[in-house]
Amino acid sequence: MSKIVELKSVFAGYNNDVILNDVSFEIYDDDFIGIIGPNGGGKTTLLNVILGLIKPIKGSIEFFGDTENKNNKIGYLPQINQIDKKFPISVCDVVLSGLIYSSGIFYKHSKEDRIKVRETLEKLGICDLQNKPIGELSGGQMQKVLLARAIVSSPRLLILDEPNTFVDNKFEGELYEILVHLNKEMAIIIVSHDIGTISTYIKTIACVNRGLHYHKSNKISEQQLASYNCPIKLITHGEVPHTVLKTHNHILS
Amino acid sequence: MLEILQYSFITNSLLAAFFASITCGIVGTYIVTRRMVFLSGGITHASFGGIGMGYFFGLNPIFSAAVFAILSALGVEFLSKRTEIREDSVIGILWSFGMAIGIIFIFITPGYVPNLMTYLFGSILTVSGLDVWLMLALSVILILFFTFFYRLILFVAYDQNYARTHKIAVDLLNYILISLVALTIVLNIKVVGIILVISLLTIPQSIANLFSKNFRNIILLSIVISLVGVLTGLIFSYKINIPSGAAIIFSLVIFFGLAKATQMILSRSILKTKIQKILE
Ligand SMILES: Nc1ncnc2c1ncn2[C@@H]1O[C@H](COP(=O)(O)OP(=O)(O)OP(=O)(O)O)[C@@H](O)[C@H]1O
Ligand SMILES: [Mg+2]
Repeated sequence: MSKIVELKSVFAGYNNDVILNDVSFEIYDDDFIGIIGPNGGGKTTLLNVILGLIKPIKGSIEFFGDTENKNNKIGYLPQINQIDKKFPISVCDVVLSGLIYSSGIFYKHSKEDRIKVRETLEKLGICDLQNKPIGELSGGQMQKVLLARAIVSSPRLLILDEPNTFVDNKFEGELYEILVHLNKEMAIIIVSHDIGTISTYIKTIACVNRGLHYHKSNKISEQQLASYNCPIKLITHGEVPHTVLKTHNHILS
Repeated sequence: MLEILQYSFITNSLLAAFFASITCGIVGTYIVTRRMVFLSGGITHASFGGIGMGYFFGLNPIFSAAVFAILSALGVEFLSKRTEIREDSVIGILWSFGMAIGIIFIFITPGYVPNLMTYLFGSILTVSGLDVWLMLALSVILILFFTFFYRLILFVAYDQNYARTHKIAVDLLNYILISLVALTIVLNIKVVGIILVISLLTIPQSIANLFSKNFRNIILLSIVISLVGVLTGLIFSYKINIPSGAAIIFSLVIFFGLAKATQMILSRSILKTKIQKILE
C-alpha cells in the first residue's frame, strides 16, 4: 500500500471566500473514500485541488510517483452541471478523450485506444450509444459516458463527483459493483449525497464542510456527523447497519 | 460572365471569397461551439482602434488592426482567467474602447481618410493582392493546425478542465487559438466589414449545425455554405448594385431560413413514417 497524494493543511477558495479550511488528507493505493457533506460544503472544491484545477492559497499538495507501474494517471468524472451538452462531439470521441495521456503530440489515436474504448463501453453496457452526439443523451446515459471516459485509461486514482445523479436504480447498483471491482486496481474517491447507499461499498468516509473530518470506517451515525460539523440526513434504504448508533473507532486526521 | 474574369479585381475577389470561406468555416466552428461569439464581436470592434491608428500613423490599417485584435484577444483571455471581473463586462469595455480609439484617431488624422467605409461595411471588390496573399497564408496555417491538432483542439474545446487534469498545455493552446481567431477576424474585415464579420463566423455554422453534430463535418459544411453564400451575395451585389458585404450576409440569412424550414419538415416527416411503422 503506497501513498498517492498528500494534502498538508490546505486552504483554498475563490475570490475572497475561503472554502477549504486547513485540510489535511492522504490517499493510498487501495482507498475507496466516500466524500459527503452539505451543498456548497466544498466537496467539488476539494476534488479540484487534488486535480490541480485550483491552486491552494496556503498549504501543500504532493503526489507520490508509482515506482512499480509508472501509472500516475487520474481519471475524473466531473459533476454533470459542468458539461456543455450542446457541444458537437460523439460518445466515442468523449471516451477517447480519456486517453489523451497516452497519445503522442499530434494526438492521433491508435488501434489499441479504440479497442480500449470499445471494451469500456461494453463494460458499461452503452455500446449502442457510441456514435450518438452527446446532445441526444439522457442524463443517466451522459453519466455513463463520463464514467467511461474516467476509467478508460485504467488510472491509478479515480475521482467521481456525484456519478449517481440521474442514474436509475438498476445502473446505480451496477455502478457500485463496477467500482468495487475497479478498486482492486485503483484508488477511488466518490462524492455522493446518498451515504446510505454508498456506505456498503466504500471503505472510509470523509466529511467535507469547509473543514475535513476523516472517518476511517464505512459506518457513521448522525451524531458523529453532527460532531464533524457535517449536518446531513442519513437516508436509509431498508435495513442498513449504519443507522444503528454504535461507537466506531475512528481516527481523525 | 467569363470576360469579367480578366480584371484582376474580379479574380482577387473570387479568391478572397474562397479563402474567407475556409478561414471563417474553421474558426467560426471553434467560436460557436466554444460559445465565444460575443468575445469575437468584441475583438472585431476593438480592431477598429487599430484601423484608426493605422490611418493616423500612415500604416496599412490591416497590420495595425491585426496587432490591436491579437493584443485585445490575448488580454481578454488573460484577464478572464486571472481576475474575477466578469468576462462579458471586460468584452463590453474592450468593444467600445476600441471603437472610441478608432474614431478619435480618424478624427485627428489630417485630410481625407480613404476607404474608411471599406473597413466598416466591407467591399470584397476592393480586396488587394496583398490581402489575398495574407488570406491564403492564414488558410494554410489554419488547415495545418486544425488537421494536426484536431483531436487536441476538440478535446480541449469540449472540456478544458478535463484536459488540464491530463496535463495538457491548455493555456498555451487557448492563446494560440484566440490569436488565430483575431487574425481571421481582421483578414475578413475587408470582405464583409467590421459590422458584419461576425455573421460570416456564425451563420454558416448555425446552418451546418442543423444537419450535423460532428465538429469536423460542421467545419467542412460551413466552408461550403460560406462559399455558396459569398458567391450568391457577390452576384446579387453585382446585378442590382448593392454593397457586397450586406448582400452576402443577406443571402446567408435567407439560406438559414430555408435550411431551418427544410430541416423541420424533414425531421417531422421522418417522425411520421416512424410512427406509421409502429402503428402497422
Ligand atoms: N467557480 C467558483 N467561483 C466562486 N465561488 C465558487 C465557485 N465554485 C464554487 N464556489 C463556492 O464555493 C463553495 C463550495 O462549492 P463546491 O462546489 O465545492 O460545493 P460542493 O460541496 O461540491 O456542493 P454540491 O453538493 O452542491 O456539489 C460554494 O459556496 C460555492 O458557492
Ligand atoms: Mg459539487
